[in-house]
Amino acid sequence: MKVRISFILLFLCSLFFLNSQNTPIAYQGALIYPINGNPIENGTLLVQNGKIIAVGSNVNIPQNAIVNDVSGKVIMPGLIDTHSHLGNGSGGDRSGALHPEVRLLDALNPMAVDLMKARSGGITTLNIMPGSGHLMSGQTVYIKNKLGKVIEDLTICNNVSSEICGGMKMANGTNSIRDKPFPGTRAKSAALVRELFIKAQDYQKKLDAGKKDASKMPTRDLKMEALVQILERKRIVHFHTHRHDDVLTAIRISKEFGFKIVLHHVSEAWKVADEIAEAKVPVSLIFIDSPGGKMEAVDLDPKSAPFLEKAGVDVAFHTDDPITDSRLFLRSAAIGVREGMSKQKALEGLTLAGARMLELDDRIGSLEKGKDADFIILSGDPLSVYTHVEETWIEGQKVYDRKNKTDKAFAVGGYQVYPETTTHVHD
Amino acid sequence: MFTINIENMIKYILFTASLLFVIQFTEAQIAVKGETVYTVTGETIKNGIVLIRDGKITKVGSASKVKIPNGFKIYEGKVVTPGLVDAHATVGFSGIYNQKSDQMQLDKSSPIQPELRAIDAYNPQESLVAFLNSNGITTVHTGHGPGAPISGQTFVAKTVGKTIEDVKLDDATMLAMTMGGSVHSNFKTPGTVAKEMAMLRSELIKAQEYQKKSSNSDASKRPARNLKMETLVMLLEGKLKALITANSSNSIMTAIRLAKEFNLKLVLDGASESYLLIDEIKAANAEVVLHPTKARGYGDMKNMSWETAGILANVGVPVAIQSGYEPYVPKTRVILFEAAIAVANGLSFNDGLKSITINAAKIIGQDNRIGSLEKGKDGDVVIFDGDPFEYLTTVTTVITNGELSYEVKK
Repeated sequence: MKVRISFILLFLCSLFFLNSQNTPIAYQGALIYPINGNPIENGTLLVQNGKIIAVGSNVNIPQNAIVNDVSGKVIMPGLIDTHSHLGNGSGGDRSGALHPEVRLLDALNPMAVDLMKARSGGITTLNIMPGSGHLMSGQTVYIKNKLGKVIEDLTICNNVSSEICGGMKMANGTNSIRDKPFPGTRAKSAALVRELFIKAQDYQKKLDAGKKDASKMPTRDLKMEALVQILERKRIVHFHTHRHDDVLTAIRISKEFGFKIVLHHVSEAWKVADEIAEAKVPVSLIFIDSPGGKMEAVDLDPKSAPFLEKAGVDVAFHTDDPITDSRLFLRSAAIGVREGMSKQKALEGLTLAGARMLELDDRIGSLEKGKDADFIILSGDPLSVYTHVEETWIEGQKVYDRKNKTDKAFAVGGYQVYPETTTHVHD
Repeated sequence: MFTINIENMIKYILFTASLLFVIQFTEAQIAVKGETVYTVTGETIKNGIVLIRDGKITKVGSASKVKIPNGFKIYEGKVVTPGLVDAHATVGFSGIYNQKSDQMQLDKSSPIQPELRAIDAYNPQESLVAFLNSNGITTVHTGHGPGAPISGQTFVAKTVGKTIEDVKLDDATMLAMTMGGSVHSNFKTPGTVAKEMAMLRSELIKAQEYQKKSSNSDASKRPARNLKMETLVMLLEGKLKALITANSSNSIMTAIRLAKEFNLKLVLDGASESYLLIDEIKAANAEVVLHPTKARGYGDMKNMSWETAGILANVGVPVAIQSGYEPYVPKTRVILFEAAIAVANGLSFNDGLKSITINAAKIIGQDNRIGSLEKGKDGDVVIFDGDPFEYLTTVTTVITNGELSYEVKK
């Protein structure tokens, strides 16, 4: 109860400060990883009104600025988790295998305590997805991990009714193979998806005809509308896939219908890295501590990361929380480097590469002038186990501060810190 | 089409045999050099050397004092530790594929089955066992899993070898028991902790009777053999420890109450809320095999903390960190990674190393053979290219029973 009250107080305080960001704030003396350029020793980050004003070693600090000495610390952009299940949401139900009309944003709890895991892990932007137990489990939602009350406080889009606010979750392989009305084989899985997209192509034609002649306009169809957005490359498909042949099937279908795709998990990416590169498809990887646990992940190997980098594939990481813990997201980059990735690309995998995969790289993913003031302050090297996230800032608001005892509890756990039991059916 | 040339065949066999002999001979004598050698029980040695002959450690000391004899194969690296010891796993029982046919850690036909032996089910050639060895884990305490009041026996195995006889250090170490948690979803009855406790107490009282009757001087009055009762008598006699998985504070206290009533050697497993019960755990003389630090905080583990290992160690409760049982991915955890997160959250470096070596060895009753680099102990050694707990560090070489068992590909 104590924790909850503190959480609410923290939240109210944040609301109070929300509108007081017109005073510029400077962070001086840190080692800054801007991601879009070389690390800056003894650098300065200047933010105002939720945006980055300047980053560099020689920044003019306005006289009215609040100056924070952060020497000895490390600053990098807020982390971007391209695949998370936090927030107690869920997508399509068991009535069918394909749910293009279902929006996760209608189910997400913006006040879910587990979002604090991500804040304490330095995650400022998330692609929250429905599960992988369907061929198409629904529309994902891109959120800023702000302290908010209603979903609109968190969504990156401004209008959830009229805008595209996320991607589409799809999956192949074993998770979605189950009893009717689900597919029983991989080929059937692909056939069901292709049939649906062919319908969407027809609907798209009717829409075009309707634009010329209003009498020919088809009746509204939520399923088809979302699929047309995919065909028009306005909505990105986030495709759960593990085995090498499933990976290539996902790519094949995306080419047939011309949609934008991000491959997720991709346990066997190391076997088909060149093919993925040739298809010019980005990959979001997860690192699991051991292979197996399911048939399609038996050949999972973290060396996929350097293999993909070498092949020229854009690589990001994700937590798939609760599969891996949001509080340890930085560890993903470290494992990438341990396996042979470059440090630059590994840090990019936590930030800018993820931003590109969500097509938000004009706003987030690097520390550069004009971008959102989403950044984290670390106690040391981002790739060290001993490093802690000390502060997490989103659009100029502090959403996590390890110095605060209540906040620190979210980072380490303890009695009644996370009273909700998260249940995520992943099968 | 296909003729066998006997002479050539004999030559081939002789050649292979001599080759094997040479390999055996050279592998039997190993010197490990490390910039830092953590002996764990003794001093940490700068520029240290560990000599191994015929599977056992013969000498540990600084390079200035220990000469490497001729013919010893040398392996070297930055950091050297004892082979790591996983205080509680289900590896070799819950296989990599996670299909019904390779999940042998829990039989749900009955809630109390102490007679299920680990040695009848363990698969020493399971690929996750080799995977653990490649991460420096040379010994596992593994067996029947959590999820039943008594799911069966556990035992201790080395992570290299073809058969049970090759790998086992004992036949049975503990009885795997669970208080609360998943028990109530696995069985219709017991459906509550109170019912579970009543069932366990009833069985143990039966076992006390069986024990009494079995010791009757008149052989004709002794009861017929009963595997279940025989095993429970071993528990009552302290020949098997009670490994009780208990996470919530009330389950932990119930486990302590049971152990006290029947004078059981209690090993608290999981122990998520142990930080709430320091005095009680100390008073009960219970050993603790803590949940993996990165475990998911579901169900009765919801109050787990990354700081628990540090809290326990700081008040003098020796703690071991387990890989535990995982129903999904990762199918096995790696204690090295779990201890690392504990070390980053309040557990000292030395206690972190102990939690996956000597503390674990003591709890599983094998500290005379493994858990530290000491003369006379098994030749189980790991070489790292840096701080063992750092994310960027790699295990470069693993020596198990005095033979090379893993070497990183360069």
